[in-house]
Amino acid sequence: MFKRATNHQEPAVQITVDGLPVTARRGDTVSAAILTAGCVEPYRYTAVNGTPRAPYCMMGVCFDCLVTIDGIGNRQGCLIPVSDGMVITRQNGKREIES
Amino acid sequence: MNHTQSTNEYDVAVIGGGLLGSSIAWGLGRLGQRTCVLDEGDVTKRASRANFALVWVQSKGLGLPEYTGWTVRASETWSKLSDEIKAQTGIDVCHQRPGGFHLALSEKELEDRRLSLRRLHNQPGATDYKIEILDHDEVKKQLPHIGPDVVGGTYCPLDGHVNSLRYLRAIHSALKTSGVDYRPEHRVSTIEHRNGEFKISTEQGEIRAGKVVLAAGNANMTLAHMVGLKAPMSPTRGQILVTERTVPFLGFPLTTIRQTDEGTVMIGDSREEFIDDTVQNLPINAVMADRARRMFPLLNQLNIVRTWSGIRVMPKDGFPIYDQSETCPGAFVTCCHSGVTLAPNHAFDIAPMIAKGNLDLERVGAFSARRFDQIQVQSSGYY
Ligand SMILES: Cc1cc2nc3c(=O)[nH]c(=O)nc-3n(C[C@H](O)[C@H](O)[C@H](O)COP(=O)(O)OP(=O)(O)OC[C@H]3O[C@@H](n4cnc5c(N)ncnc54)[C@H](O)[C@@H]3O)c2cc1C
Ligand code: FES
Repeated sequence: MFKRATNHQEPAVQITVDGLPVTARRGDTVSAAILTAGCVEPYRYTAVNGTPRAPYCMMGVCFDCLVTIDGIGNRQGCLIPVSDGMVITRQNGKREIES
Repeated sequence: MNHTQSTNEYDVAVIGGGLLGSSIAWGLGRLGQRTCVLDEGDVTKRASRANFALVWVQSKGLGLPEYTGWTVRASETWSKLSDEIKAQTGIDVCHQRPGGFHLALSEKELEDRRLSLRRLHNQPGATDYKIEILDHDEVKKQLPHIGPDVVGGTYCPLDGHVNSLRYLRAIHSALKTSGVDYRPEHRVSTIEHRNGEFKISTEQGEIRAGKVVLAAGNANMTLAHMVGLKAPMSPTRGQILVTERTVPFLGFPLTTIRQTDEGTVMIGDSREEFIDDTVQNLPINAVMADRARRMFPLLNQLNIVRTWSGIRVMPKDGFPIYDQSETCPGAFVTCCHSGVTLAPNHAFDIAPMIAKGNLDLERVGAFSARRFDQIQVQSSGYY
């Protein structure tokens, strides 16, 4: 659904989303990278009712973009720029913690 | 004007719409009493919106054994209350009674706990609530995520918890469908007893009722003397921390930590004499968070997303006050810490007594405020 602007010439950044390799661009936020990579929808499921959601405000306000980044859950994907080797997993409900 | 008693607007006016007032008013409505609830409004300090939501038995009643029995009764009737409320409103308040733990982080803490439980148990007339004292390994069988600093703990099968904010919302919708008249923004300034009825003044006019129940939390202190009662209070402040939601990992509530039905972890609850609920004592939050993560090291991974402080409704000795006026028959006062725990007793026991016009002294006489006329009993209304 989302397409990159054709003049977006930033260098490539390699990340993985749910174990699959994704090529993002420097300066992308995690949410922008997921949305433009055409990953399986929905973006996430909510913690209490399990309803499907996607990033809404893309500016840090609504918390509808929560993802797990490098093992840490409930991070706001719309505020965090991608970096090489970043491991992103989408949240299917509540945040997991390791015992 | 010449009013007779039969022209009362209400059989009962309940002053205060927190956990106590709402539960009692609902119980009265259930018995067909024409009831109204007069509540001051959102400016008030209200424990019912700030609590930790335990339905808690273990360690209650040192100094007043009747309080143990009263609490055990509440633990046993909570599911009836939640079932009735669900049938009436469709709202599930998530009452659970898996039993509850109290954990110790040093041998001394465990020994202190053991001693106070023994004193409680040895009181004449004490109700047995089947508490077990466990070492680290025994605790770990039930709470696999405890850290190495936990030396042991106590377990009581009667303990539980509930979503108390949802209960408050549910009981308010139940009041509505039961025909109880809830009137917010009705701060009561005076109560007069005249010609066998009560004339209650609020900024929005006078309300007349055959009986009056004071359930205004700490404000009972100032209202009680208007109808020949007393309610000596010494409020305290408690602070609570809340984490982000996480997958269920804690199958039991603890005195100071519980995971809610929606996945947040609540960490409580401190006690200070200071009663400004608009600020927080941050060093206390730090101690609470630190103890919590020593108990469950995996909490280190979670962010705290909310904290607040709340003012406890606290009778001077920590035990409930239920009393009726001798000089103004039909006037009652009710207040307690642990209004979540005791909600079913207020709905199913206290309300019928009020409907009849008399407290059953055999059952609740021990909670009369007359005890404050005698030598001070030692306080242990806490956990
Ligand atoms: C931090 C904290 C943790 C707690 N944890 C637990 C727990 O785990 N388990 C448990 O069982 N209990 C717990 N409690 C205690 C429990 O919340 C209280 O016992 C309970 O909420 C008391 O209810 P209430 O209706 O008496 O008081 P309140 O909630 O204070 O309600 C009193 C009501 O009276 C109204 N009012 C006051 N003055 C007037 C007036 N003049 N006219 C009209 N209306 C008036 C107010 O608007 C208010 O709504 C905790 C409390 C705190 C603060
Ligand atoms: S999309 Fe709204 S906070 Fe990230």
